[in-house]
Amino acid sequence: MLTKRIIPCLDVKDGRTVKGVNFVGLRDAGDPVELAARYTEEGADELVFLDITATVEKRKTLVELVRKIAQKINIPFTVGGGISSKEDVSALLNAGADKISINSSAVKNPDLINELALEFGSQCVVVAIDTRNVGGEHIVHVRGGRTPTALKTLEWAKEIAERDAGEILLTSMDHDGTKSGFADELIAEVSQMLTVPVIASGGAGNMDHFVDTFIKGKADAALAASIFHFKEIQLAELKTYLATKDIPVRITQ
Amino acid sequence: MSVVIVNYNAGNVQSVTDALNRLGVQPVISSDPEVIASSDKVIFPGVGEASTAMSFLKERKLDKVIQGLKQPVFGVCLGLQLMCRHSEENNTECLGVFDIQVRKFEPKLKVPQMGWNTLTNMNSPLFEGLPENPYVYFVHSYYAELSNKTVATTDYVNPFSAALQKDNFYALQAHPEKSGKVGEKILENFLKL
Repeated sequence: MLTKRIIPCLDVKDGRTVKGVNFVGLRDAGDPVELAARYTEEGADELVFLDITATVEKRKTLVELVRKIAQKINIPFTVGGGISSKEDVSALLNAGADKISINSSAVKNPDLINELALEFGSQCVVVAIDTRNVGGEHIVHVRGGRTPTALKTLEWAKEIAERDAGEILLTSMDHDGTKSGFADELIAEVSQMLTVPVIASGGAGNMDHFVDTFIKGKADAALAASIFHFKEIQLAELKTYLATKDIPVRITQ
Repeated sequence: MSVVIVNYNAGNVQSVTDALNRLGVQPVISSDPEVIASSDKVIFPGVGEASTAMSFLKERKLDKVIQGLKQPVFGVCLGLQLMCRHSEENNTECLGVFDIQVRKFEPKLKVPQMGWNTLTNMNSPLFEGLPENPYVYFVHSYYAELSNKTVATTDYVNPFSAALQKDNFYALQAHPEKSGKVGEKILENFLKL
């Protein structure tokens, strides 16, 4: 049976892993390559690296870092942050990334999704949505979650899938960093509406939050950062727990 | 031992190279028929679309080269599908090493299948020393039907051929280069053939 995936996310800034609450107040959380290796060993199903400074400071994701990660780890990983062209994607995939994630650049130029899917295959095109509740409506935000757009989250998610993206990474900015659980209602709505996999992100604080997002949220995968970086939850322990709740997970020795 | 990765502009060559490097093997990456034919082991990887990949292979006469290989050949992901007779993906005539039809998954579940699933009914030297029903990483929308050349099955929407074997030809639908320690063991087993 296809398993639900647990995906540690490494927010990278200047070559170091960082974590903040609601994208501000960043704390150092270690060397990304070392952390990647540790998570792989502990049973992570995939990894995501987001260069969080890239969009704001116009800095390109570090191809060199991707190269180091690819040499070291033997599970799939996604790279995002500041990617806005076929050339960016080509450089990252050639360096060994399995998938790339785009966000603001897809909002700005939705055709980019189609172009990347056609050129590199849907399977490597992840579109990330940062969503926030504004006056009772789910609204897409860009630039690291700072700037609201005119897009409604559900409509944008549908368009992303129609444009042939391989996967959607849905981050609730209202939940991110709060450790109060994932935005399961919204995630379920998106996941059931679409035929592409949906990764739930933002709000993981304890193991039951993962149970909830897989059962209530119908998520295909769940992503979290700080609880893994600061060892509040161990990956192996989490997976064993999910298995006791009849959620299909990959258990490694 | 010389190992060649067939380079036909269909992705993931870097990942396969990195995985082999981790096993201490330095592969040659080539689309040169002579280099491929004279290598001890041939890895035929692939991510992408079937008809584009077949056109590229035919243009460079690599289709005939691959069909005629006598040394161990390992098709991975799209490589497995191209080694079959025909694919529903853009109605593509493939290499026909395995007399098997490649079909698209019915959209009863999310398509592509993306993630970790189990290998079952394993019956090949590729799987020597692996635990029972190990997990490997899949990303695919098309699958090879079951046949008497099936040496491992996986269930997604329906049971399909996760691995195929005939004479010197071996193939895996999953990505060994991305399947953690299990994948490493499969690659290692292939190199030992």
